[in-house]
Amino acid sequence: MIVAQRKSIPELIDILEGKKKILVLGCGTCVTVCLAGGEREVSINASALRIASRLKNLSFEVEELTIERQCDNIFIEKAAEAITRNDVVLSFGCGAGVQAIAERYNKPVYAGLDTEFIGILEERATWTEKCVACGKCVLHEYGGICPITRCAKHMLNGPCGGSREDRCEVRANRPCAWQLIYQRLKSIGELDRLKSVKAPKNWNTSIHGGSRVIIREDHRI
Amino acid sequence: MSNESFEPLLIAFCCQYCSYSAADLAGSMRLQYPTNVRIVRTPCTGRLEVEFFMKAFEKGADGILVAGCLEGGCHFTEGNLLAKGRVGYTQKFLSECGLEAERIRMINISAAQARPLVDHINEMLATLKNIGPSPLKRINQPKNVEMKV
Repeated sequence: MIVAQRKSIPELIDILEGKKKILVLGCGTCVTVCLAGGEREVSINASALRIASRLKNLSFEVEELTIERQCDNIFIEKAAEAITRNDVVLSFGCGAGVQAIAERYNKPVYAGLDTEFIGILEERATWTEKCVACGKCVLHEYGGICPITRCAKHMLNGPCGGSREDRCEVRANRPCAWQLIYQRLKSIGELDRLKSVKAPKNWNTSIHGGSRVIIREDHRI
Repeated sequence: MSNESFEPLLIAFCCQYCSYSAADLAGSMRLQYPTNVRIVRTPCTGRLEVEFFMKAFEKGADGILVAGCLEGGCHFTEGNLLAKGRVGYTQKFLSECGLEAERIRMINISAAQARPLVDHINEMLATLKNIGPSPLKRINQPKNVEMKV
């Protein structure tokens, strides 16, 4: 899922300065699961904005709404009336949600969250990055552990040699991805995979080649 | 309003397994606490959400006391520990909004601790009197705000 974090209230006030009728729009999918932009967070942040507005004399009029998914037309339509009657949308969706709303309505749409990464819930209240969406998955080569995402140096042909114990030298609180890859391949009997030398990665399939589009002709009418 | 004449409105969310019983026991023991405390019985402090606290402040509460079971003694194992985190999170929001973080506090009480509960209530009220009334009381609520809670 996409993992995001909230912006602070002073940051939101800066973004919304001079605006009056504000729709705080939540998203019921990824950002709900990572406790950043669901119905509950929308309610908390809307309350906080109303309180701050009254204390700082900002005259915000804040409305709350959460739709199932901000990156999908069918669900965005359900917010149409609320979007129309407000001056500005403060989206608590991910970056895709913010842009999906902005593309469909001719009014300011601002991001209420900082979108961080594609990740999973590793343990209670801890989310970790697992995928950088590079566009050419190599997970089968590395026992299901991504060296591009989880090795700080994106090493494809073995560890950098800088790890201490089993910790990454760049981020000491994270495990060395190559330690994990070795242990994993050993335990599933696929250590032979490490004998072949991997060619330098072609980054054209990732964001470095510009924003990507996928068209499925078989599904087009 | 001078702080001497100010009587704070304190909302006390009390878990029914501990502090609510302690408040009941305080009555049986004829221990008195000020009448400006509004006790809200909750099934567990783990049921309390940050949005409840924010809405209470938005509607003009001067302070909130969250009274849960002693750590390790929650009827639902860890509800009081969840509440502790949520109180801390609320304090962060209050500071960012411009309200004092001391306006919300979590305490841990057993059902037998009537006297400590009364002491905590009096202590919290003293803190609120010291801080002064919530500035939100002085500012009219916008009429068009829809409250969900």
